[in-house]
Amino acid sequence: MSNYIKLIALGLITLVAMIGINYARDTAYMVHAIIVMLVAGGLFLHTVRRTDEPAMAGAPQNEYFDSVVRAGVIATAFWGVVGFLVGTFIAFQLAFPQLNFDWLHGYGNFGRLRPLHTSAVIFAFGGNALIATSFFVVQRTSAARLWGGNLAWFVFWGYQLFIVLAATGYLLGATQSKEYAEPEWHVDLWLTIVWVAYLAVFLGTLIKRKEPHIYVANWFYLAFIITVAMLHVVNNLSIPVSFWGSRSIQLFSGVQDAMTQWWYGHNAVGFFLTAGFLGMMYYFVPKQAERPVYSYKLSIIHFWALIFLYIWAGPHHLHYTALPDWASTLGMVFSIVLWMPSWGGMINGLMTLSGAWDKLRTDPVIRMMVISIGFYGMSTFEGPMMSIRAVNSLSHYTDWTIGHVHSGALGWNGMITFGALYYLVPVLWKRERLYSLQLVSWHFWLATIGIVLYAASMWVTGIMEGLMWREVDANGFLVNSFADTVAAKFPMYVVRGLGGVLFLTGSIIMCYNLWMTVKRSPAKEASLAAAVPAE
Amino acid sequence: MEEYTFLRQFADSWMLLLLFAVFVGVVFWVFRPGSSKTHTDSANIPFRNEDKPATSKEARK
Repeated sequence: MSNYIKLIALGLITLVAMIGINYARDTAYMVHAIIVMLVAGGLFLHTVRRTDEPAMAGAPQNEYFDSVVRAGVIATAFWGVVGFLVGTFIAFQLAFPQLNFDWLHGYGNFGRLRPLHTSAVIFAFGGNALIATSFFVVQRTSAARLWGGNLAWFVFWGYQLFIVLAATGYLLGATQSKEYAEPEWHVDLWLTIVWVAYLAVFLGTLIKRKEPHIYVANWFYLAFIITVAMLHVVNNLSIPVSFWGSRSIQLFSGVQDAMTQWWYGHNAVGFFLTAGFLGMMYYFVPKQAERPVYSYKLSIIHFWALIFLYIWAGPHHLHYTALPDWASTLGMVFSIVLWMPSWGGMINGLMTLSGAWDKLRTDPVIRMMVISIGFYGMSTFEGPMMSIRAVNSLSHYTDWTIGHVHSGALGWNGMITFGALYYLVPVLWKRERLYSLQLVSWHFWLATIGIVLYAASMWVTGIMEGLMWREVDANGFLVNSFADTVAAKFPMYVVRGLGGVLFLTGSIIMCYNLWMTVKRSPAKEASLAAAVPAE
Repeated sequence: MEEYTFLRQFADSWMLLLLFAVFVGVVFWVFRPGSSKTHTDSANIPFRNEDKPATSKEARK
C-alpha cells in the first residue's frame, strides 16, 4: 500500500519538475528541475519494479545500522577531496588571475567558485562527516539501532541531492548572496525536509536508547541539529519571485537582514563547525586513546556554557556598521566570554590523554586528533581576540579573517574528521587495522605543514594590508591605493596556494590508505604497536 | 508598552536572570555530592555495546 502512495507522490514530483523545465525563468532553475525530474523518475521506476513483490525480511534489530554510515564515510572522503581541490584552485586564481579563463567566464571564475568551495568543505565534507559520525555514535552510545528504518537512507541521499543542487546553482548563478546560506529558496525548502528527517532519526534513536544516560557527545550532536534547523529557517525567510524561477526576495532588509545573516553565519560556525565536531571529539578521542574522557563533569558544564554563550556572538561580524553600538558590544563581550568554555573543552579533550601521552609517539591517528584539538584552542583564542572592536578595525576585510577561518576549518574540523575516518574505516569494514600507519603519518605532516603555511601567510598579508589601508601621509591623504595592496600580497598568495596543495595531497593519501584498508587489510604492517618514528 | 520595548526589557532582566540561574543550577547539579560514581559510569558509555545493540534484558536501568 505504502508503495502506491510513494508512486503517486514520485509521479507528481516528476510531472511538476517537467512543467518546471518548460516554464523555467533561469538556467539554474531549469537544470535543477532536470535533476529533480531524473531523480524522482528514477525512484519511480525503482519503486514500480518492487511493488507487489513479496515483502523482504525486516531489518534485524540486533544489529547496528552501519551501511548508511559506510556510505557517509565514502561521501565525506569524496566531497573532502573535491572541496580541497576547488579551494586550492581558487587560491591560485587569486595569485594568478589568468586562471580565471575566458572560456569559463560566468561559470568558473573566482566569484562563482568561491561559494562552491566554502559550501563543499563546510556542508558537503563537514556535513557528511557529522551525519555519518552522529549515526555511528548515537547507536553505540544508546545501545540501540537507528530509529526509522530506511529514513536514515533518505537523510543521506536527500543530503547528497541538496549538495548537488546547491553546487550546480552556484555555478549557474543562483545565489541569494548570504554567506554560507547561498542556496535559493527551493533548495532551502528541500534541505529543511531532509533536516527534519535527520532530527527524527536522531531523536528517535535517543528515545529508544538502552542506556539510562544520554552520553555527552549526543548532547552536542543534538544541539547542532536543532540549532541549525532554527538558523536555517529564520535566515532563509524569503518570498520567491516566481514558483518557476530561482530568484527570491529576503523578508528582512537593511541592518536587520545583516544581523539575521550574521546571527546565522556565526552560529553556523558555533553549532555546525564547533558543537557538532565537539560531539565527534567526545566520542572518538576517548575511543582512540582507550580511556574515558578526562572529566565528565567538565564536559557537562562545557556543553551548557557553550550553548548559552555562542548564540549571542554574531554581532561581532558587524562592527562599525549601521548596527547599534550596544548590539556589537554585546557580541564582542560574549565572544570574549567564550574563551572559557572553548578552552575548558580543549583542556578536557587534551587531558583525556593524561597517562597515555606515549600513544602520541606510536599512533599517528591520535596525533591527528590531538593537533586538531590544539588548532581548536588556537583558533578559539584568535577568534575572540579578533572580535574586539579595536583589533577588528585592523583585521576586518583583510586576509587575516581568511587565515583564522582556515586554521579552524582545516586544523580543527579537518583533522578531527580525518582522525574519525581513520578510526571508523577499520571498524565499519571489520578490518583488523589500517593498511598503513606510515601513510597516516605522511598525511599528518603534509596537512600540518600545509595549514601552517596557510595560516602564517594569511597573518602576514592580512596585517600588512590592514596597515597599508590605514596608512596616511602628513597631510592626511591615503598613501596606498587598493591595487598596491594586491600587488604586495602576491608572494603570500603563492605560499597560501602551496599550503593548499600540501593539504590536498595529504587528503588524497588518506583516500588511498582507506581504500587499501578495505581492500587489503590486514596487510603489510605487523601490528598497531609497530613503532612509527615521530619524525 | 510597545511590544519591542517590552521584549527588550524582559530579555535583559528576567530572562537573563532565568538563563543565568539555569546555568548555575547545572553547575550545582553536576557537582552535587555523591555524583562522581554516576559520572564515571556515564563516561564509560563509549566502551560498552560496541558491536551490537543491547537487548531489552541487558538494558541498564
